[in-house]
Amino acid sequence: MTTSARDEVLGRIRTALGRTGTEAPQPSPVPRDYRTSLGEEPGAPGLLDLLVDRLVDYKATVHRCAPDAVGATVAAALAERGARRLAAPSGLPAGWLAGADVETVTDGATPDGGTLSVATLDAVDGVVTGCAVAVAQTGTIVLDSSPVCGRRALTLVPDYHLIVVRADQVVGSVPEALPRLDPDRPLTWVSGPSATSDIELDRVEGVHGPRTLVVVLVEG
Amino acid sequence: MRIALFATCLADAMFPRAAQATVVLLERLGHEVVFPAGQTCCGQMHVNTGYQREALPVVEHHVDVFEAALRPRAQGGDGVEAVVAPSGSCVGSVRHQHAVVARRMADQGRADAGLAARAEAVAARTYELSELLVDVLRVTDVGARYPHRVTYHPTCHSLRMLRVDDKPLRLLRAVHGLDLVELPDAEQCCGFGGTFSVKNADTSTAMLADKIRAVQTTRSEVVTAGDSSCLMHIGGGLSRLRVGTKTVHLAEILAGEGWEAAL
Amino acid sequence: MTTFLGMPGLPVATERGTLRGPDTFPVAARKALGDTQLRKNLGHATSTIRAKRARVVGELDDWEELRAAGAAIKADVMARLPELLVQLEENVTARGGHVHWARDADEANRIVLDLVRAAGTPDDPVTSVVKVKSMATQEIGLNEALAEAGIAAVETDLAELIVQLSDDTPSHILVPAIHRNRAEIRQIFLDHMPDVDPGLTDEPRVLAMAARAYLRRTFLAARVAVSGANFAIAETGTLAVVESEGNGRMCLTLPQTLVTVMGIEKLLPTWRDLEVFLQLLPRSSTGERMNPYTSMWTGAPRTSGGTADGAPDGPQDLHLVLLDNGRTATLADEAGRQALHCIRCSACLNVCPVYERTGGHAYGSVYPGPIGAVLTPQLAGMHGHGADAPAGGDPVDTLPYASSLCGACFDACPVRIDIPSMLVHLRAKHVETAQAQRRVPGLPASAENAAMSAAAWVMQDAGRFSFAEKGLQLGRLLARDGRIRSLPPPLSAWTTSRDVPAPPAETFRQWWARTRGDRS
Repeated sequence: MTTSARDEVLGRIRTALGRTGTEAPQPSPVPRDYRTSLGEEPGAPGLLDLLVDRLVDYKATVHRCAPDAVGATVAAALAERGARRLAAPSGLPAGWLAGADVETVTDGATPDGGTLSVATLDAVDGVVTGCAVAVAQTGTIVLDSSPVCGRRALTLVPDYHLIVVRADQVVGSVPEALPRLDPDRPLTWVSGPSATSDIELDRVEGVHGPRTLVVVLVEG
Repeated sequence: MRIALFATCLADAMFPRAAQATVVLLERLGHEVVFPAGQTCCGQMHVNTGYQREALPVVEHHVDVFEAALRPRAQGGDGVEAVVAPSGSCVGSVRHQHAVVARRMADQGRADAGLAARAEAVAARTYELSELLVDVLRVTDVGARYPHRVTYHPTCHSLRMLRVDDKPLRLLRAVHGLDLVELPDAEQCCGFGGTFSVKNADTSTAMLADKIRAVQTTRSEVVTAGDSSCLMHIGGGLSRLRVGTKTVHLAEILAGEGWEAAL
Repeated sequence: MTTFLGMPGLPVATERGTLRGPDTFPVAARKALGDTQLRKNLGHATSTIRAKRARVVGELDDWEELRAAGAAIKADVMARLPELLVQLEENVTARGGHVHWARDADEANRIVLDLVRAAGTPDDPVTSVVKVKSMATQEIGLNEALAEAGIAAVETDLAELIVQLSDDTPSHILVPAIHRNRAEIRQIFLDHMPDVDPGLTDEPRVLAMAARAYLRRTFLAARVAVSGANFAIAETGTLAVVESEGNGRMCLTLPQTLVTVMGIEKLLPTWRDLEVFLQLLPRSSTGERMNPYTSMWTGAPRTSGGTADGAPDGPQDLHLVLLDNGRTATLADEAGRQALHCIRCSACLNVCPVYERTGGHAYGSVYPGPIGAVLTPQLAGMHGHGADAPAGGDPVDTLPYASSLCGACFDACPVRIDIPSMLVHLRAKHVETAQAQRRVPGLPASAENAAMSAAAWVMQDAGRFSFAEKGLQLGRLLARDGRIRSLPPPLSAWTTSRDVPAPPAETFRQWWARTRGDRS
């Protein structure tokens, strides 16, 4: 009988490590002397300012508003864009698009149907979603396929993506974001619109992903 | 302090002024310098070219010689407290390569198992010149005068193997009359790299050309560094291109203008 | 061909021409150095990225602590590799993914080809796949293997696309077309991109938009994608791809089938470990606080919560190919295994004075630069015939010598790989291999070996050394105006561009004996 590739590769690794028996070493301690927190509660004013600074630095457009002004702020942003037909995930809060003069197509109304085709997504003017968590220090927003974020294709194919971020979703740093995320869900970490630096290391915003990223930050 | 000089093979044979200036400087500062006559070379060229087996007897010899120098006089040694070399690269080899070679050769059954520890003991008391002055002798103003426009090239091994940081610059800034000009892209390698300069001569020359361009933009009379080897490389290029800038070892500047009178 | 490097019985990578170039490094470097446009492009690109990296690394006051943690995590991965790989396999399988193991490049290519074929039907076979930039698939020559079977692999990363369209090879880990400037890229698009606007300018934005238009339909119709992975989390079965353009998201999201090829060393033990690497990687590679997009998926991904709970989210036919191809041979060398800690950020390339001047093609391997100089010889094996060999020599054996040992790579490495020490170690291995081979009767020791042996004999005795110094002083006869302009081979390599000062009339040792000889 020939050895399977699996057994052979695992055997080679044991040989390479000089293992003779079936001993399995314990994990070695890792020195974690780096910052695991910026020391501010989620949504602290300093974090919100930092997030906005970093988002703008990476060429996202940011609007800040109070909780009762989300609809109006989203509507104004969409009007400025001239967006008429929008895609939305199934769990988008009703009020977010209430003030906008747009036609909405909703993705994923049911588990086995109601998903929008790629062609439909390619034809809409944009997509509006929420998010799971935002990281101030890096200007990152994480989408997690929950009802308010939607399937990954929903936020990928349209050319315009508007994300509503609640202040309490904003944490300081990457180490503060990971415990708030569920690895079993597909995750997309977004930091600004798509970009490339492949031509002379010169950064150009907007390639295959949405070329425009708009963030509505809901404070208070 | 009683200090043993490790002149290094290159300074001994080709650039004696660097070693002489080290002696003159340390003696002027009130220290006693001894030169263990058995010394030869640290073996770096062999190690960096892949000839560790050949390097082994050279390393053993270096350890023997300087172990004896560091041994108390009551036990038949020279009783020095420190070893100094006017070279970041050679001290880097002593500190970071000798024990590695000793262990590898011990694993191959070619070296004594105790050699690595002996090499580490010698290395722990071996210093590059700016380290000795600033860290051990606690002096930055060595009382030198050198009224010239000078730029400083931090050699790779002093910078990234020994981490001498800005010690040479602090010493230079304290030299009276010296006009210190910052070298653009100072931390870029000059392209010497020992046998690299011959094995990959084209790449080495391309690196040197950029270093020389940087030196020229400073319009300095003198380019200095803590390593005779890198200075030989930079100087070799300057000489070939007939650029007037001179290469002078850091020790010669710290010894002060006219130090040769003490020879 | 016999290989002495690595542990007996642990094979090096299969030869597919992706690791062993046609020329030795000095020969290839000479060609590259003669290309002034290339020198200009590289100098501009590397200095730009160096400045960006320095700025964002400087923003973190805990950078050194992050590096230390990254190094410790990777060392732990290597020590527990069998257990972690099995754990990863269990978690991927439990969530609907399929795990395959490949001993070498040929086996990995066969697995991928079979999966691509299985994704189609006899009536409607899959004839093309979309690809996310991946070093592992470049290493195994997957595109060529698929092409031989009639399947087109479309590279979707902009730089990879530039390389593919011009039938070129990558010259950088992160920016494979770093050797091309905007004008050259415009010409490549005009010459090779179907339906391109003839009025295309060389503005980077315009060029990026041309790539977007060209690839858009391909993405939306793709049925199979092939990717690599930046990280795989053993604890959760999660795979992660870090990218910028969104081409990765397209490939990882839209097709029905996704095949990920990953070296066995790319593991991280826990979900928490991402907090270290998601900080280290973007800042080190593109010089950004965070790259535009990072995708993470675990098994066959599904949505959760709400009306669409459990609906498919992305490819449901999911495969992970775990690749050895010389990695276990690398792991076997305790002094060399750190090369497997590499996270392919390419910071070492950008700071390397050799890479900056020669570019990546001179290394002849998909892994160029400092990390390539230590990884390639271990993956592919050295043969003991370097540039010192009488007839040319093995290009791979010349890679550990493609460095001035300046140490800039170590300082830039986010996981503290001690590349300079590893280069010195591999040089020793090369020489030891060469010496073992030359014990065969009839093969003479190289001239270099003879010179090194002689020098070592001189250097172990002060008497011999001072005698040799007297010989050296005869060199004064060669000097004019205090300088020597020409020396015989091999030192002529020095004097082609550099003078040598005349040896001094008196050595230090002679001076000491004359002036202070009464002292010790």
